[in-house]
Amino acid sequence: MIDMKRRTFLKGSVAAGAVSAAMGAGLLTPRMVLAAWPTAAFEAKTVDTALDALVGSHQLEGSDKISIRAPDIAENGAVVPVSVETSIANPESISIIAEKNVSPMTASFVLGAGAEGFVSTRIKMGKTSSVIAVVKAGGKLYSTGKEVKVTIGGCGG
Amino acid sequence: MASIKIRAKLSGDVTTVKALIKHPMDTGLVKDKKTGKAIPAHFIQEVTCEHGSNKVLTAMWGGAVSKNPYLSFKFTGAKAGDTVRLSWVDNKGESDSAETQVS
Repeated sequence: MIDMKRRTFLKGSVAAGAVSAAMGAGLLTPRMVLAAWPTAAFEAKTVDTALDALVGSHQLEGSDKISIRAPDIAENGAVVPVSVETSIANPESISIIAEKNVSPMTASFVLGAGAEGFVSTRIKMGKTSSVIAVVKAGGKLYSTGKEVKVTIGGCGG
Repeated sequence: MASIKIRAKLSGDVTTVKALIKHPMDTGLVKDKKTGKAIPAHFIQEVTCEHGSNKVLTAMWGGAVSKNPYLSFKFTGAKAGDTVRLSWVDNKGESDSAETQVS
């Protein structure tokens, strides 16, 4: 009987140990990852300051090698599908900016080794504005824009 | 928490990854209609996708990415059966990850 209890006790403590180890590992990673999140860029109120904070420049060069796929008219601003594709060689990052949102910087994708110049996601838009895709390649910024009409805004009351 | 649905499909030498994440993505600007108080910001800030030890994509998001975000991208260098791992971290430090095999 005593022996039985000791078994259960042992089992319990081993399981608890594993859980806390996993939690420790889980808690460590987010902090390390979060350090890289560019707060200033996402809080910036204009496109230029957001780009300055994100990539250190807002010298954009228009490019026809970037294509944005987004609806001409978005009935619901809370869900606007946006795809960006570029044929520029060795793109480092693709950023999606909704020009007239309170915080224009919406998403920035850093492309690692092997990643193709393509991303697709869904964004919120407060009102009709142009969606700008900025591609960073070889230390230069290339961009293109597309106007999206929003009939119902998706960024607040 | 199973908050992530992920698929990776190989076609030729390009792998297309599609993922759906369940998350409220609150911007912090929306007011609760009943109380009139702003709903606090709660959104995913960073999504990383790894193929083996290679970090294929790091997405940094603001609150303006839609609720229950969808993400799709393409990369080369994977073969069928390889593991693709996706993980996210939000502004409250919550996180989740999921894995899938390239098919």
